[in-house]
Amino acid sequence: MSEPGKYQPYSYFQLMEISLRELLVEKGVLTEESIRAEVQAMRGRTPERGAGVVARAWVDAEFKKRLLENATRACESLGLELPGLKLVVVENTAEVHNVIVCTLCSCYPRMLLGIPPDWYKSRNYRSRMVREPRTVLSEFGLELAEKILVRVHDSTADMRYLVLPKRPAGTEGWSEEKLASIVTRDCMIGVAVPLLH
Amino acid sequence: MSSGSVPEFRFKAGDRVKVRKAYPLGHIRTPYYIRGLSGTIERLCGEFPNPEELAQMRDGLPPVPLYRVRFLQKDVWPDYRGAPQDTLDVEIFQHWLDTP
Repeated sequence: MSEPGKYQPYSYFQLMEISLRELLVEKGVLTEESIRAEVQAMRGRTPERGAGVVARAWVDAEFKKRLLENATRACESLGLELPGLKLVVVENTAEVHNVIVCTLCSCYPRMLLGIPPDWYKSRNYRSRMVREPRTVLSEFGLELAEKILVRVHDSTADMRYLVLPKRPAGTEGWSEEKLASIVTRDCMIGVAVPLLH
Repeated sequence: MSSGSVPEFRFKAGDRVKVRKAYPLGHIRTPYYIRGLSGTIERLCGEFPNPEELAQMRDGLPPVPLYRVRFLQKDVWPDYRGAPQDTLDVEIFQHWLDTP
């Protein structure tokens, strides 16, 4: 982070972004206003969207079945617009824990989780999550028993992944809204599990 | 690949496959670490424009079948320290897969 007001020269990629943006505006492909609106929309998508999907799956077994079969279609049935997203939802159970990584770049279900955290894009996470997932998960504070199967999903092509966490005990009778409040971004990437506070 | 041909899924869920061990230049979506290894088709994902062609500013058509292939971690990393049943799923395009 730079100090406020301190002069910093542009990096190569910042210069590329500015040049490309100005050219697209100059040539009439985009407008400054449409770019601003899209950035605003992008920042408006937060993990709460994904949490709502998870909470619905926890209370509605029929929805959960459809979600695991064809996640994009099931989410659209909730009124979520997911242009271009080919979503696969993977379910955590008492026997299986799922976790998502993109070793090639930083593929992420932005339509449901918003902008990815910096660590998700780091070389450290991307190279080590496929290689030693249990060690990396323990660094996130998640210790898994040997008998729980760890399933890593490398998001290498056109599909995007979301983990459906296991509903914690002690949440019986909770409203969908209250359930959604314990489903964090990290739970849906698979580096954490929902906790009761 | 001949243009205009309809691509066919050569594999089905449960089939054993081996990833090609090749190192062509270009925009390849098959990670290095999985090349040459054998796994099992987990599911068919659909057909998508070939990213290797798209990266060359071509249309990537006809689309290429895409699979999710499941590998045992202990087959991928000989010194893997987790549980022996741990798995790794990777999306792989059909032209990168052979029958073992």
